[in-house]
Amino acid sequence: MLSKRIIPCLDVAHGRVVKGVQFVDIIDAGDPVEAAIKYDEQGADELCFLDIRASHESRDTLYHMVTEVAEHVFMPLTVGGGVKALGDIENLLHAGADKVSINTAALFTPELVKNAAERFGSSTIVVAIDAKRVEDENGGHWECFTHGGRKPTGINAVEWAKKMSDFGAGEILLTSMDADGTKAGYDIPLTRAVADAITANVIASGGVGTLEHMAEGLSAGRADAVLAASIFHFGTFTIRQTKEFLAARGIPVRLA
Amino acid sequence: MKPLEVTLIDYGMGNLLSVRRAMEHCGATVTVTAEVDAILTAPRVVLPGVGAFADGMAELRTLGLDATVRQVAAKGTPLLGICLGMQMLLDESEEFGITDGLGLIPGRVVPVPRISTQGKPQRIPHIGWNELVVPPQGCVDWVGTVLHEVRPNDAVYFVHSFMACPSNPAHRIADCLYGGHPIAAAIGKGNVFGCQFHPEKSGEIGLKVLMSFLSQ
Repeated sequence: MLSKRIIPCLDVAHGRVVKGVQFVDIIDAGDPVEAAIKYDEQGADELCFLDIRASHESRDTLYHMVTEVAEHVFMPLTVGGGVKALGDIENLLHAGADKVSINTAALFTPELVKNAAERFGSSTIVVAIDAKRVEDENGGHWECFTHGGRKPTGINAVEWAKKMSDFGAGEILLTSMDADGTKAGYDIPLTRAVADAITANVIASGGVGTLEHMAEGLSAGRADAVLAASIFHFGTFTIRQTKEFLAARGIPVRLA
Repeated sequence: MKPLEVTLIDYGMGNLLSVRRAMEHCGATVTVTAEVDAILTAPRVVLPGVGAFADGMAELRTLGLDATVRQVAAKGTPLLGICLGMQMLLDESEEFGITDGLGLIPGRVVPVPRISTQGKPQRIPHIGWNELVVPPQGCVDWVGTVLHEVRPNDAVYFVHSFMACPSNPAHRIADCLYGGHPIAAAIGKGNVFGCQFHPEKSGEIGLKVLMSFLSQ
């Protein structure tokens, strides 16, 4: 049986892992290779690296970091942050990434996703969506936002997820900007709405604070994978504790 | 003792770095090449690959390597196809129209079923860690295959939208189940092996698979 995946997410800047609360007070939290090895030993199913300072100058540093990590852990690596063109994807895959996450660039150039899926395969393309609840005359809907949830785009997030799935994205990394940083749990109605609307895999992100939240994201939210950063970084729970909890709830996980 | 040498075919499709690092971790000396002579004289050959079937076959043909891979198989050299590399071992694929494969293992490549045996829609691609099981009418045990050190229910990492259907069930070494449907996870015919999963991304279990191939 296919296992639900537990994915620790590491924010990186200039090739180093950083920790921060709501992108404030960002501190250097160390070596990406050491972090990757730690999560591998705990039984993580894959790793996600997001370059939060993605800039043209820091690209080579990021590629080098991906190569270093890929040399040390034999698990799937997803890398995102500042991916704008097919060449960026090619460079990341060449450096050792298995999957590349496209965020803002997909909103401005949807064809990038289609072209990338055709060229590199759906299996390598993840589209990241930052969604936020907005009120309307029908009670409200979720909208895609950019710039860390500050800029609205007017694009309906569920419809956008469907379009990206149809364009060949293999996975949608779905972050609720309302839930992100709250530790009050994933946005279950949002996760469920996207999971029910698309064929691609759904990774729930944003808001996890307890192991119960993980279980909710996978069961009520119908996500295929859950992503979390702070609860793993700050050592609140290990991946192994998480998986044992989920297994006890009857959720299929890989207990290696 | 024979040194653990392996040659990876570089035809521009796939994450060669990961396969190379995993093989080196197993103690192998790795050569990455597209040169016909180097491939024909190699003690073991890996055909990796990520992407579309037609593109993969076109690249092999452009480099004249389709014939080379067939020669490698014919002379008894251990050959391992990974993911797309495994799918290309078969006769043909239905991905974007019918495309001829290498014809080393009889059968066809078809889409992963979109609906589970319970009638529910399922996710495409099939992504994640799934357990290896013994196929009902397949290979009776894994001794001597690339799964020599692997046990039923060990999990490995998959990411694919198409799957191989060998026409002879005896060529199925291991399956995994997706929505109740069996998917060929490892196939083999004599010295030719294929893994739909990524051994280079499957942690300790994956390294055991590569180690068993290096012992062939």
